[in-house]
Amino acid sequence: MIGYLSQRLALAFLVCLTVSLITFFLLTSSGDVVSAIAGEEATPEQIAALRRELGLDAHWTVRYLEWLGNALRGDFGNSLFFRETVADLIMHRLPNTLQLAGMSLAVMLSLSLPLGMLAAFRPNTWVDRLALSIAVMGQAMPNFWFGLILMVVFALNLGWLPPSGSGTNWHFILPAIALGYYATPPVMRLTRAGMIEVLGTDYIRTARAKGLSTTRVLFKHALRNAIIPVVALTAVQFGNMLGGSVVIETVFGIQGVGYLAWESITRLDVPVVQAIMILVAIAYITLVLVSDVLNAWLDPKIRK
Amino acid sequence: MSKILEVENLRVDIPVGKQTLHAVRGISFSLSKGETLCVVGESGCGKSLTSLAIMGLLPSAAKRTADKLHFDGVDLLSASNRKMQKIRGNRLSMIFQEPMTSLNPAYTIGDQLMEVMLWHQNVTKAKAHERAVYLLEKVGITGAAKRMKQYPHQLSGGLRQRVMIAMSLMCGPTVIMADEPTTALDVTIQAQILLLLSELQREFEMGLVLITHDLGVVARIADRVMVMYAGEVVEQGTAKAVFEAPLHPYTRGLLECMPIPGKTKPGHHLGSIPGIVPSLIGEIAGCAFRDRCRHAREGCESFDRLRHDGKNHYWRCIMDEQETRGHLAKFTAGTEAAT
Repeated sequence: MIGYLSQRLALAFLVCLTVSLITFFLLTSSGDVVSAIAGEEATPEQIAALRRELGLDAHWTVRYLEWLGNALRGDFGNSLFFRETVADLIMHRLPNTLQLAGMSLAVMLSLSLPLGMLAAFRPNTWVDRLALSIAVMGQAMPNFWFGLILMVVFALNLGWLPPSGSGTNWHFILPAIALGYYATPPVMRLTRAGMIEVLGTDYIRTARAKGLSTTRVLFKHALRNAIIPVVALTAVQFGNMLGGSVVIETVFGIQGVGYLAWESITRLDVPVVQAIMILVAIAYITLVLVSDVLNAWLDPKIRK
Repeated sequence: MSKILEVENLRVDIPVGKQTLHAVRGISFSLSKGETLCVVGESGCGKSLTSLAIMGLLPSAAKRTADKLHFDGVDLLSASNRKMQKIRGNRLSMIFQEPMTSLNPAYTIGDQLMEVMLWHQNVTKAKAHERAVYLLEKVGITGAAKRMKQYPHQLSGGLRQRVMIAMSLMCGPTVIMADEPTTALDVTIQAQILLLLSELQREFEMGLVLITHDLGVVARIADRVMVMYAGEVVEQGTAKAVFEAPLHPYTRGLLECMPIPGKTKPGHHLGSIPGIVPSLIGEIAGCAFRDRCRHAREGCESFDRLRHDGKNHYWRCIMDEQETRGHLAKFTAGTEAAT
């Protein structure tokens, strides 16, 4: 298990390195930051001076190595717009994104697992069709639109929850429902499919032949085997929630990392974008690692 | 001897589109305490469904009906789900055909063995563990304590089937049903496993319903034999009677297919039964075997009752005892039919 883990960690580090290199290269070649900052009326001398001041006159490979050296020590440089370090900027926004993603994950799991299991337990009945309709609806609705509907109904008309902002926990409920519901369908379908497959296996027949109750057969013998592919998908969906909540954060005015990423891209705030990319990459890699470890725990065949 | 299991006119019907497949067509038998009943017949004759029907484990589409289905004083036809759960795995346990896939891959052998006992009986974990190890040794697994911590994928098919047998014994059942427990195994260990089952059956004085193709083993361990064909019982009697004087042409056909050392001469052909099993969709009138029977005659298409020789030997054939015994003179198991 330890050998397995260290091997996976080394791999994760290499992936992070590759991602940082690629994003650095893409960002450098995507536009000239200096002329964007200096404005249209700046003379070539002024631009050259600013370029030196920002340390952008060296070749991009040299700058990458410099950036990498600093990044490894936790220094991601300064934002080009806010006079604040990138690390501080992100650290202020991160808790909001984490809370939103965490609550969305809870919404997603509490919808997809019971619905998927119910549908699998009573396939081709009204329960199954109801679960399927709920899933299809979630897949068909754009999440910003569903977010707006939620806002209109629960915040404006009923006045139960605040419409936007990130001041209290209550502020996160509507966006978490919008984001979580959007991520539900694939997980529900995979739970259903996995459950149906497992319920038809010989070892489930054995479990029933042992005289176990239906609940025990379902939860002890079936769920653990059916859930293995679901874990990996959940990890990916959670990654999407962390890195791809830009739209929902914008709709609900949540000052999170996704919103910051979008702002920084429009302002060509390269250091911030670069840091967020790495952060998202690390988040994905960590999640995949966690799901692999979870699967190894669930499935003894992976362990060895 | 008291009857522990009584089955009367058991039928299993499976809807196929708009039609119905009559997989088990009214079979009756009984099992006494500590008796071994072997059920033989070719694939698709309803042997497995019979056992699943008794266990109450039929697929949900299949419909079970019977005039009587009693196990150890309990009417299984009217038993509630909860009542069935109390019986299954406890007093009535089952061993399946597929050892490779019958154990849950996610749990250790020990966990799965102990589970059934902890579920049914009020015992401590230590006690269940002790019994599991004892039974693993009993079914011939060495290093049982170490095996308890292993997962199914670390065991061979033969070992897994031994584990399944141990699991079926955990609660000390009164009857075990074994549905072709050796079909998926290596030929070299098939007989071993069946003989082991038979030994355990005698040692623990259980009733055993063994569904099998292996006539050689049947001859060695069965008290009584039941021959099934196309969802019906065609012959039933003590092992001695059925093997020495098989009264149904199908039973004789089966015995001719089986090589016997000393009787089957090298270079000679073994017997075979021409034709195929009739479709079980829709009703079958008369004898289901008549299309493949060399003695078929007018009347077979409407003959449908069990004959009886007065000594618990039953067979379903138009030929009376006298004519049948005449054919027996020319019959030798393990060789091609003389006529």
